[in-house]
Amino acid sequence: MIGTALGVVLLDKIVYSAFLLAGVFLSISGLYILLNADFVAAAQILVYVGAVNVLILFAIMLVNKTENFQEVKGRWIRQIATALVCFGLFALLATMVLVTPWQLSVISPAIIENTIVTIGKHFFSDYLLPFEVLSVLLLMAMVGAIILARRDLIPTAQKTREIYTTSLTLPEKPRDLISSGK
Amino acid sequence: MDIQLEYFLILAAALFCIGIFGLVTSRNAVRVLMSIELLLNAVNLNLMGFSNYLDPGEIKGQVFAVFVITIAAAEAAVGLAIILAIYRNRDTIDMERFNLLKW
Repeated sequence: MIGTALGVVLLDKIVYSAFLLAGVFLSISGLYILLNADFVAAAQILVYVGAVNVLILFAIMLVNKTENFQEVKGRWIRQIATALVCFGLFALLATMVLVTPWQLSVISPAIIENTIVTIGKHFFSDYLLPFEVLSVLLLMAMVGAIILARRDLIPTAQKTREIYTTSLTLPEKPRDLISSGK
Repeated sequence: MDIQLEYFLILAAALFCIGIFGLVTSRNAVRVLMSIELLLNAVNLNLMGFSNYLDPGEIKGQVFAVFVITIAAAEAAVGLAIILAIYRNRDTIDMERFNLLKW
């Protein structure tokens, strides 16, 4: 899993890294099943592999332009510095994890028969307000994504025409057509 | 117990560091979004580990993990829409050339 995660970051072709990201999500879902969390594992597969990864693949397809990134001065120094900082952070976190005496619970983790029932009780009793706020946030994200990704309407191109067209095409044009016509 | 809590925590830490490395160094904007997903997954792994080993009676960590998954989905949608808008304006997805806010 660490190898696939490194592949996501380091590989050259971005389509490969998108598929490796799916591999990372699937292995994390397997770890969730090891941690006695079947509902979250299923949600992980559905949301991440089914939705987010497909969305990322569509974005790659939409912005797919093979461009050679021009060289930036001092890029290697930046990368090496970032790698050093990340490795230091990992060493710090690892020592913290290994040194801290965790107060492990003595109850067996398999005490809950059905995790879905317990999660549902939490959702509708003590986490009810965050649950509702989350639904509002999803709606806001959907509206915002649609507004941001919509093509710009150009109403001036239609005003010169005398007869309104009765076809079902939207009165909009992609911006690159306009810019290429200039 | 067979698999200890520390293994999950170290794995999540490694995933988080890889995500930060990709977030800082990558030049493709879509890859930056993928790195953010890696970060959120590392946090989720931490939450699930603590939920299983420290609080197995009432699994509040899993509730938080579901919240984080939902936020991540919303963030991915909005982020990809922003990347599409920038791509239409600037005709590139190179992070080094998004210098509209540079002084």
